[in-house]
Amino acid sequence: MTTLTQTFKVPESIKKGSKFSFCPGCDHGVAVRLVAEVLDELNLRENTIAVASIGCSVTLYDFLEVDSLEAPHGRALAEATGIKRARPDKFVFTYQGDGDFASIGMAESMHCALRGENVTAICINNTTYGMTGGQLGPTTLLGQVTTTSPTGRNVEYYGYPVKIAEHVALCDGTAYSARVSLDTVPNIKKAKAAIKKACEIQLKGLGFSFVEILSTCPTNWRMSPQQAHNRVREEMMPVFKPGVYKDITEKEL
Amino acid sequence: MSHIVIDKERCKGCYLCIDECPKKLLKVGKDVNSLGVHLVEFCDPNHECLGCAMCATRCPDMAIKEVYRG
Repeated sequence: MTTLTQTFKVPESIKKGSKFSFCPGCDHGVAVRLVAEVLDELNLRENTIAVASIGCSVTLYDFLEVDSLEAPHGRALAEATGIKRARPDKFVFTYQGDGDFASIGMAESMHCALRGENVTAICINNTTYGMTGGQLGPTTLLGQVTTTSPTGRNVEYYGYPVKIAEHVALCDGTAYSARVSLDTVPNIKKAKAAIKKACEIQLKGLGFSFVEILSTCPTNWRMSPQQAHNRVREEMMPVFKPGVYKDITEKEL
Repeated sequence: MSHIVIDKERCKGCYLCIDECPKKLLKVGKDVNSLGVHLVEFCDPNHECLGCAMCATRCPDMAIKEVYRG
C-alpha cells in the first residue's frame, strides 16, 4: 500500500467550521485563504492583530482565528498605525477593498505609506463597490458600466481610475508594493509569494508593505465566475499591470 | 491512491474547479446541498488523480478541503 501525502488542507488560521459569506466564484475567498496560509507558514497566528475594513472584507474576523478590530470606513490603516505604535511586538495587517483603501481612505492610506508605518496592507481591487450593489469605485475601468455609471465610465465626467500599487510605490516610506492577480492557479501561487514577502518585510521592520490583489465580482459584473476571470485577464490586467513596483530588499542583494 | 475530499456544505456551485482539473475528473453532480446547489462530483474510476491540488487552490470557498497524493 502506498503512503498518502496531504497536498492541501484548510489552513489552521481559518476558524473551524466557518463558511465564507462571499458570492459564488468570488476571489475574496482565495485571498482570505492565502492570508491564512501565510499566517500559518510564518507561525504568526498567536501574535497577529488584524484590522478589518468596510466592504465585502468587513466580516474578516469571522473567518480568521486571529485577534481583530473593525475600523471605520477607510480608516483601517490609521487604526493599524495606532495598534502598531502601542504594540510594536505584534504583527499588524489590514485587509481592505479598493473603495475603502483608495476612495474614502485615500488620505489615511497614502499618509500611512508616507510615514513608513511598519504595517502590512492588503487591498482587493475588483473595480467596483461590491457590497453595496456595484457602484462606480475609484478603480472602475474606463467604459465600465456600473449602477451609477449606466453609460459606462467616461473621462469627462468621472476622470481616470487610480492605480494604487504604483501610487503607493512612489511613497518614500514604502518598503514593498506589488500587484498580483488571482485569475489562474500560477497567479494564485505568485499572489501568495507576494503576501508572504510583504509579511516578512514587516517582521524585519523595514517599513510599509502593500499588496494589491486583482479580484473578481461576478455578481456585480453580471458574469459567470469563468467569464469574470477572463475579464480580469483581458480588461483589467492591461490597465492594472501585475508586478512588483517597489522592493527595497532587492537593493541589498 | 490520490484523491480529494469535498465539503458538501461549503460548495456554492461556482464550478471553477471543473475547468482547472488537468485530468477532467470533476463534473456537476446530481446531489444538492442545503443551499440548493448542484454539488461538484469527483469521479475517478481509473485512478487518474494526480493530487496536484489545483482544484483546491482554485476553489474560493475551501469546499475541496483535503487533497492527498500517493
